[in-house]
Amino acid sequence: MSAITAKQLVVTKSRKTILGPLDLHIESGTITGLIGPSGSGKTTLMRSIVGVQKFGGKLTVLDEVAGSRSLRKKIGYVTQSPAVYSDLTIEQNLRYFGTLVGASSKHISATIQTVQLETHAKQLVESLSGGQKARVSLAVALLGDPELLVLDEPTVGLDPLLRNDLWGLFVELAESGKTLLVSSHVMDEAERCENLLLIREGQVLWNDTRDKLLAHTKTSNVGDAFVASISQSVEESN
Amino acid sequence: MYHLKASLATTRRIIEQLEHDKRTIALMFLAPTLLMSLLAWVFSDNKNVFDMVAPAMLGVFPFIIMFLVTSITTLRERTGGTLERLMAMPVGKGDIVAGYGLAFALFGAVQSLITSAVAIYLLDLKVDGPMWFVVLVALLDTVLGVALGLMTSAFARTEFQAVQFMPALILPQILVCGLFLPLDKLPDVLETIAYCLPLTYAVDALNLVTKHSDITSEMWRDIAVVCGFILAALVLASLTLRRRTK
Repeated sequence: MSAITAKQLVVTKSRKTILGPLDLHIESGTITGLIGPSGSGKTTLMRSIVGVQKFGGKLTVLDEVAGSRSLRKKIGYVTQSPAVYSDLTIEQNLRYFGTLVGASSKHISATIQTVQLETHAKQLVESLSGGQKARVSLAVALLGDPELLVLDEPTVGLDPLLRNDLWGLFVELAESGKTLLVSSHVMDEAERCENLLLIREGQVLWNDTRDKLLAHTKTSNVGDAFVASISQSVEESN
Repeated sequence: MYHLKASLATTRRIIEQLEHDKRTIALMFLAPTLLMSLLAWVFSDNKNVFDMVAPAMLGVFPFIIMFLVTSITTLRERTGGTLERLMAMPVGKGDIVAGYGLAFALFGAVQSLITSAVAIYLLDLKVDGPMWFVVLVALLDTVLGVALGLMTSAFARTEFQAVQFMPALILPQILVCGLFLPLDKLPDVLETIAYCLPLTYAVDALNLVTKHSDITSEMWRDIAVVCGFILAALVLASLTLRRRTK
């Protein structure tokens, strides 16, 4: 079953095409790494999927047109900079967003534990470190048990041990049937994803499994494979 | 039911945010009182002038302050990314605006009660009409400031721009609202413009209550017009929230 399908998806800002036209396909219950340099269109693609970006072409998310009202309950979205209220405590933030998505208070405390912040629950967000703020933001996206998680660079600046824990959590979520789209510009994160969506200058370079990418480009890591597929696509376009 | 819950949760969240910001609360509650005391001092040898001007100021001071507080807070929500997150959630745009309106109206109510109480009991403000009417209009002015602040924050990209809306949108209203010169003494064009602006009606109501011991139909008309402006500004504010950007 497919969670996200795009056909001739295009996003234009002030008459300039910044994404697409592109086709893509993401299977449900998988983790897909959305990998590309900064400015490649990762965030724009994610914003289109969660329904806060206007687009042209076809974009289907969980069998509905992206941006449909009924989808808002089914998608958890983490923006690049932690979008939480810095002048509230962790608990107050989660209680507010929890009310909006209909999460129970039990579910809210469980979510704080999931991101390992229970000892800081009563602390103001502005007093937290960057990594802790990012986890509060992630916790908000986990509220309401969404089917699809769209995470824009959720592990930037985190301690490697914690990053490991979070990737463990992502795998667990995918095993329970959820679909995850996780963006990163760090290649070693790409190694953790079984599926990869490589994009550059608004175009898809690769949308399949990592193993196939490595086999196809005859490389041993995603970083080299990325370079190989760029030169390949440049050759094709010439 | 969901929309009521979402609005009230938003109100609660804003109050909790301000609770952590004691300095803003102090400024919000004390600034109009201090300004009113200053006004009383200025006119200490002309008490009858104070009685004439002060009621209008009971409306104007909180109007300005709440306009600023609201537009900055809303703008912070836009630039901080939390608005985008809310827009990706099931919450309605109207729920957020209603939540904001209610939260700041509550703060405004406390603010206008404090200011009116100080004006009446400490500064010995005397009006011919009933004092509760003065408080009611002062409260409506506060809510008007909130509604206009919510609306205009959509047109500002930075906090710097938002603050500039004060001299651009609020000060002209104060100049032509009948505070400095009665409306019929203004040039015709300005008089017509003045009748299209909400503050004119608020100040008119406050001027009338100083002179009439009863509440006249004109005063009720003023109140109705101000309420109309508040509603219109709130509706416009929720329309200016964009769920999806181009």
